[in-house]
Amino acid sequence: MRIGVVTFPGSLDDRDAQRAVRIAGATPVALWHGAHDLEGVDAIILPGGFSYGDYLRAGAIASHSPIMAEIIDAAGKGVPVLGICNGFQTLAEARLVPGAHTRNAHQQFIRRDQKLRVENATTAWTNAFETGDDIVIPMKNADGRFVADAETLKRIEGEGQVVFRYVDVNPNGSLNDIAGVSNERGNVVGLMPHPEHATEPGFGPDTAEAMSSGTDGLRFFASVMTTLGAIA
Amino acid sequence: MPTIVVEVMPKAELLDPQGKAVAGALTRLGKTEFSGVRIGKRFEVTVDRPVDDALLEEVRELAVDMFSNSVIEDVVSVTVA
Repeated sequence: MRIGVVTFPGSLDDRDAQRAVRIAGATPVALWHGAHDLEGVDAIILPGGFSYGDYLRAGAIASHSPIMAEIIDAAGKGVPVLGICNGFQTLAEARLVPGAHTRNAHQQFIRRDQKLRVENATTAWTNAFETGDDIVIPMKNADGRFVADAETLKRIEGEGQVVFRYVDVNPNGSLNDIAGVSNERGNVVGLMPHPEHATEPGFGPDTAEAMSSGTDGLRFFASVMTTLGAIA
Repeated sequence: MPTIVVEVMPKAELLDPQGKAVAGALTRLGKTEFSGVRIGKRFEVTVDRPVDDALLEEVRELAVDMFSNSVIEDVVSVTVA
């Protein structure tokens, strides 16, 4: 299975995402924002970072990149797409997932190992979880406050499009504690925290068992491999 | 060189953390008569030819599709400077 990771100018976590794909047992494929070519990949990851320095709005300029035309087309055909942090902001700007992001309510950049609840374990990227699971993965953002109008919030809550919710602490003022959402079909998922940073013992969040041993992020990648296996 | 000015503001019902921070600073300076501050964006788009209705319409579309995000912002004006 070949999973593409798009590099935009200012992407930071593209190599980490490629590494996570490799650890999960799939083949990472580096994709370039300026190309109109998905190189035949089976799934796509938009990584974290600060594309175009977050100028205009986080993810806004990246959402108009050449490769986004192909990604929007592929998403419409059911290809799994995961947006992490800046990738989530880019998906929202491209209208592939509902909502938008503003500056964190407290105005601060925040980095912490964050507990999340999996609210929907039926999406292309979450089927290795059980709905209601609590997981811990790192988060780090300045413009992570998820917002949507009241009607949209009601709709996505009702339709199961809220995929992850912050637990214990709402780190950025996101409405309804929303950390991640999906499109209606469930093949496109975006979240602010970073699963790719919790995929290898020794480099993840602390757990009750040992320091830096958290690998909850691995199941995102296991999920998409199950999804792709089911399609193939 | 003609300039088209686009002004974008965060939606009134949304928290504007920047504006709130500035409003807090005003209070600390003793400027208690100001009850709030909201901060928006001003775009100055220059063109090398006279502005006609078609061009203005194109900028209006850009203002909605790119300069602003309708989930969080409103385009409040598109004018020729």
